[in-house]
Amino acid sequence: MKLRERWALAWVWLDARLGLAEIKQLATKKEVPVHRHSVWYYLGGMTLFLFLVQIATGVLLLFYYRPSADGAYESVQFLMAEVQFGWLIRSIHAWSANLMVFTLFLHFLSVLLIKAYRPPRELTWVSGFVLLAVTLGFGFTGYLLPWNELAYFATRVGTEIVAVVPLVGEFLLRVLRGGEDVSGATLTRFYAIHVAVLPAIAIALVALHVFLVQRHGMSVPMDQETRGERPASMPFFPNFFLRDLVGWLLALAVLVTLAAFFPAEMGTKADPFVPAPIGIKPEWYFMFMFQTLKYLPAHILGIEGEAVGIFAFTVGGLLVLLIPFLDRRSARGQASRLFTWFGLVLIAYVVVLTYLGYTANPTQ
Amino acid sequence: MRTSLSQTRRRFVDWLLGTSLGGLVIAVLYPAGRYLVPPASGESATASVTLAVGPGDVPANSGQIFKFGNRAGILLRTPSGELRAFSATCTHLGCIVQYRQDVSHIWCACHNGHFDLNGTNVEGPPPRPLEQYQVNVRGDQIVIGKGA
Repeated sequence: MKLRERWALAWVWLDARLGLAEIKQLATKKEVPVHRHSVWYYLGGMTLFLFLVQIATGVLLLFYYRPSADGAYESVQFLMAEVQFGWLIRSIHAWSANLMVFTLFLHFLSVLLIKAYRPPRELTWVSGFVLLAVTLGFGFTGYLLPWNELAYFATRVGTEIVAVVPLVGEFLLRVLRGGEDVSGATLTRFYAIHVAVLPAIAIALVALHVFLVQRHGMSVPMDQETRGERPASMPFFPNFFLRDLVGWLLALAVLVTLAAFFPAEMGTKADPFVPAPIGIKPEWYFMFMFQTLKYLPAHILGIEGEAVGIFAFTVGGLLVLLIPFLDRRSARGQASRLFTWFGLVLIAYVVVLTYLGYTANPTQ
Repeated sequence: MRTSLSQTRRRFVDWLLGTSLGGLVIAVLYPAGRYLVPPASGESATASVTLAVGPGDVPANSGQIFKFGNRAGILLRTPSGELRAFSATCTHLGCIVQYRQDVSHIWCACHNGHFDLNGTNVEGPPPRPLEQYQVNVRGDQIVIGKGA
């Protein structure tokens, strides 16, 4: 029997069991709109690619990492210095995390400005927003795992933030830290959250998000939709898919370059009995919040400044989550200046505060 | 008559199943939730510590961190020569503070909070003063105690 015939037989066998023909039909039927904003469509896929890189490298790191206050730093040191390509795997994991947050931010902002959250895509927006929050959770919990000084203080500050919640704040703080202070108990908690809880949530949400995107198709910019003309389009498979792959290869090239030339650092081992180092910084994507907290006075209208700041960020986050339900004008297909401005102000605020965070003198 | 009896039965069975399901959910969630709450470690009972450094090891206008039970404290000597001790946990968001010789302040690097030599929050975001400890010099030993 020829190979081709064998393959045809295998296809028939599998099709009867898996319904391959339906999947093939779906893939060939799917169309992607083509217009001047089409380029933003690639960012979601690129984020997904980087997430897959995170899973692969994360699993590899688990082979050597030891989640304890006595062993974590040493195990990472061993991985970086002794294990063949250990430095590469860890550097890729660290850089891919940063790139993933970056592409995710861009994806989020493009959807916000194109107003792709309009009905019926509200839940796509909500699932995407929760994924953004989960990603920041990944970043926050993963940052602590090498158990170095910067991570230790970032975690002290970051967890202390939940203590401002009225009534149950202290209790939540204790549950989050696994005790009164950031300690080995916090490390095992963050480890469990980072390698088990968040991945389970993220994978389920990614599945939902992709399913919703598949169900509703790609959103088309509002001006095109209101004009009612059918936009130009290209088949998803193979045209868009191959372009997507080019994007993935591009991301991989950037990733590998960064990892090779700027490998992840070790820092010094965390010590709860040394002062916080001068110029201490969180990861760049938390910088705007960190810098805001620096500028707030001790008390605002009789309430502690940090509580006001954190409350404001919570309200801001909720507003962003609820945008599809608040933006009634764009839901009706009308221009919605207010929300365009909201998006632009949000971007300006984050950019300016992040810039200040990196340039302002830390001792003044 | 028959229908009402069967309806009553049906309602009873619904109620029974509903409460059983509720009980089952609670029986699963409560232990799991309780499991996640760490056991109380008990407040640190440390009332006083004798430091490894003597009064001669702390020059004027300098400070250093010491262990006070499982917490960090800061011991400093003011420019005028007085020894003082405070909790080293910043009242803002819990970083460990340090002594800054250039401004003679206790300073937190995390969010640029300043405390004066009495531990009073004087600049930046910290909302409360640092807790002060009692410093006793006994010969060449420094003993730090709670409650100043």
